[in-house]
Amino acid sequence: MNLKISALEFIEEVKTGNITVEEFTAKTIERINQIDDKLHAFLSVNDNALDQARNIDKKIKSGEKVGDCFGMPISIKDNMCIKDTKTTCASKMLENFVAPYDATVISKLKKQDAIFIGKVNMDEFAMGLTTEFSAFGPSKNPWNIEHVPGGSSGGSAVSVSSYECIASLGSDTGGSVRNPASFCSTVGYKPTYGLISRYGLISYANSIEQIGPLTRTVKDTAFMLNLIAGVDPNDNTTVNNNNEDYLKNIDSGIEGKKIGIITETIGDGIDPEVMTATKEAISKLEGLGAICEEVSLEMVKYSVAAYYTITATEAGSNLARYDNLRYGYEMPVEGYEFNSYISKARKNFGPEVTRRMIIGGFVPSAGHAGKYFLKAMKVKSKLTKEINEAFKKFDLLIAPTVPILPFKIGEKIDDPVSLFLVDINTVTANLTGKPAISIPFKIVNGLPIGIQLMANSMNDKMLLQAAHALEKTVTLPEIPI
Amino acid sequence: MTKIGLEIHCQLTNLESKLFCSCKANYREFEPNENICPVCAGMPGSLPRLNQEAVKKATMIAMALNCSTPEKIAFFRKNYFYPDLPKNFQITQLNIYGDTSVGGSGTISVGDKKIRITRIQLEEDPGRLIYEGSSSKNQITLVDYNRAGTPLVEIVTEPDFETPKEVRDFLNILSDLLKNLGVADPSLEGAMRADANVSTRGGNKVEIKNIGSFHDLEKAAHFEITRQESLHDRDIPIAQETRHWDDRRKITVSSRSKEEDMDYRYFLEGDIPWVKINPEIRTELKSEMPESISSKKERYVTKYNIPEQVADVLSSDKYYSDMFEKSHTESNAKEVANIITTELMGLEDTREKREASKLTATHLRDLADSIQTGKVSRNSSKNALHEILKTGKSVSQIISDLDLGNVSDESELLKIIDKIISDESEAVEQAKSNPQTINYLVGKVMQATKGKADPTSTLNLLKKQIGI
Repeated sequence: MNLKISALEFIEEVKTGNITVEEFTAKTIERINQIDDKLHAFLSVNDNALDQARNIDKKIKSGEKVGDCFGMPISIKDNMCIKDTKTTCASKMLENFVAPYDATVISKLKKQDAIFIGKVNMDEFAMGLTTEFSAFGPSKNPWNIEHVPGGSSGGSAVSVSSYECIASLGSDTGGSVRNPASFCSTVGYKPTYGLISRYGLISYANSIEQIGPLTRTVKDTAFMLNLIAGVDPNDNTTVNNNNEDYLKNIDSGIEGKKIGIITETIGDGIDPEVMTATKEAISKLEGLGAICEEVSLEMVKYSVAAYYTITATEAGSNLARYDNLRYGYEMPVEGYEFNSYISKARKNFGPEVTRRMIIGGFVPSAGHAGKYFLKAMKVKSKLTKEINEAFKKFDLLIAPTVPILPFKIGEKIDDPVSLFLVDINTVTANLTGKPAISIPFKIVNGLPIGIQLMANSMNDKMLLQAAHALEKTVTLPEIPI
Repeated sequence: MTKIGLEIHCQLTNLESKLFCSCKANYREFEPNENICPVCAGMPGSLPRLNQEAVKKATMIAMALNCSTPEKIAFFRKNYFYPDLPKNFQITQLNIYGDTSVGGSGTISVGDKKIRITRIQLEEDPGRLIYEGSSSKNQITLVDYNRAGTPLVEIVTEPDFETPKEVRDFLNILSDLLKNLGVADPSLEGAMRADANVSTRGGNKVEIKNIGSFHDLEKAAHFEITRQESLHDRDIPIAQETRHWDDRRKITVSSRSKEEDMDYRYFLEGDIPWVKINPEIRTELKSEMPESISSKKERYVTKYNIPEQVADVLSSDKYYSDMFEKSHTESNAKEVANIITTELMGLEDTREKREASKLTATHLRDLADSIQTGKVSRNSSKNALHEILKTGKSVSQIISDLDLGNVSDESELLKIIDKIISDESEAVEQAKSNPQTINYLVGKVMQATKGKADPTSTLNLLKKQIGI
């Protein structure tokens, strides 16, 4: 049984009867049991997966209508609610939190007969880009387990790249889907803000984050997007996509498309290997008929500072509800006045979350907001203006997803500022609401490099077409696990 | 000189659902924590879903108070920790980054005075804390989130009030206005709460929080003025502070908490996109708005010739003015208004009585017509009205059942009058010398006819028989 097939291949195999869902599910669980001790992608595995698989097989046999996923095993980042399932955000604060409802993406995929094979690891409350800040221990990069898998959707990227599932849903606040996708060599996509409902995604910085799929191929991403995109009455920020079919015409190519190379992403601080890969990607795109040209986005150099100011502000507010009064972990209330109870209960947050909440209490506070939060909001709106201007001239923007190669676990954990700077190429898409995708491009010294393409709002379809074109030019070695 | 400013919180009790979810806005009939869902309980991952109807109703209130309404409204987060707040922030509105609240500045007339409205904002109500236990040592706090997320409109005024009476007059007008708009029933428990800012003789401003009813608001203002005046008299400076209204003892008490120092870290609520309120929407809302109290009053006076005072009373009460609208005709309007304001308002002065009443618009119309055509005297109509409320029987049925019909047969009335004249010879003589005392004889006739005689014809016949 080949676990390395794509989502679309899996569906064909099941439809033609070459494999049963039960066989594939069993094999997948076996794979998880075999290798996940080493990789730590999963925080919990679905005990009912095999039963669900058998039920779908039964439906297929009896000719009943089966959902578009045909029992495909999908892993879910542990910040999305699945009813009656633990949803921890990789935090001690929510260690025992069982979600009382389904996130919109979950109920949509349930209807399509997806099997949620398990909940996967992440940086606590999605704050981080290495998965080292999980309260339950880091995930490892399957290409080299001494290296970080990226984050915060590290578990998603690890589970897809090491064949523990076919696809995964992550969330991307400043690169949290694209960064681990790049580090683990999977496709990782952040849609236009509002394209996918966030209802049931536990908020970190709600004004800029989106759920996004991590898959083996761009086509698989388009397939997933078809299932989960669109207006949701439960999320007032969702936008109407007119039931766009993202798979249709995915082979359109990029001939004649104008691509801007963001000057600020290929200058100081970029690893020479990443620089080389980026140049190779550009020449491949030119080979496909695209016209590439440098474009400077001056505000990019302030984007990381603005990003951390805005996200800390929103996090400080979004995470305020974790006071342990309504749900959380066991801690008796007797003998406390409420303020002291809340203070004590909230000590269960990990160091990175605590750091960002302290910043989040400071930067928007009276007397400091003008210097920090409001200034950051100004950067956000100027950056948006600048990028909208660029999209008048260009169809797409290109940059390396991450300026450096996957680094070793522990290497940057004590240096938050240098860690923050790794986000420089990804935060722009979040601050401006634009869609962006990371495509596996190269393996150098056994470590992956991803290339990022960005498009204007609601041009997600064109973005996927371009990503697919670039993807077709790439052949990568087998993962060594 | 005394200055009082108000912050009034009014629940939009007539809405079907809460401000951000589909739980009931009327939480009062539920067991604790029954009227909640992931959204209003602030469960992880839930998002607010703005109730557009609440935006409409709040905008109507702003328009009715002559406030400016912005092109686009926005929501903000007010961040603070409190156990009654499921998310530990409240979604509210703010005007510090431009006018984005449902209502900007406006004015409302209270008597001859104009009270300035600072702003009107739409926000969510927190849950409710219930304290149990006798001493502070074994006191426990229970939280009920049924109320959390109930749509609340906050109306902030400038410090334009100079006396508690002006406050009361304003509250009466506001209360009538909200009822007339059909957005709220201010009489429901907890539906109206207020904070008041009071300063006297140019001294510091004292904020009084937690006033649970309109009735107490006037009392609180009164108490606070007296307290401050007595401090002034003894040359003790007034501290700028927050005080709480002690509902039980009816006094204000200094709060230990430094609420004035709180930093709420306001910022835009990204989960709710800006809501456009363009001129078309405003026009539409205006057309949906019921006629204002002042325009109703004017119509009653000019069209039906109803006395100004009667029109005033009638128009300012939605229940009775609705009843008037349903039951009057061109010809009997004045009579209907008269029955409502002189009799009915006394008979249906509580919610229970209104609910028990079997009176319909048809009853009122028939009763007024019967008075006008002389079928029943105004006097007897009171008894009829009593009976209608109790039984719901038709007016004609009641008139015949209770034998309330006017003594219209003049010869019969004459017989009675002649008997009274012979029985009351002393009074008759007196009436001859002092015509005003004839009323005594009219009263006797009424007594004898059980009020069924028409007073005017009785008087005329009496005069004729006595010869004055």
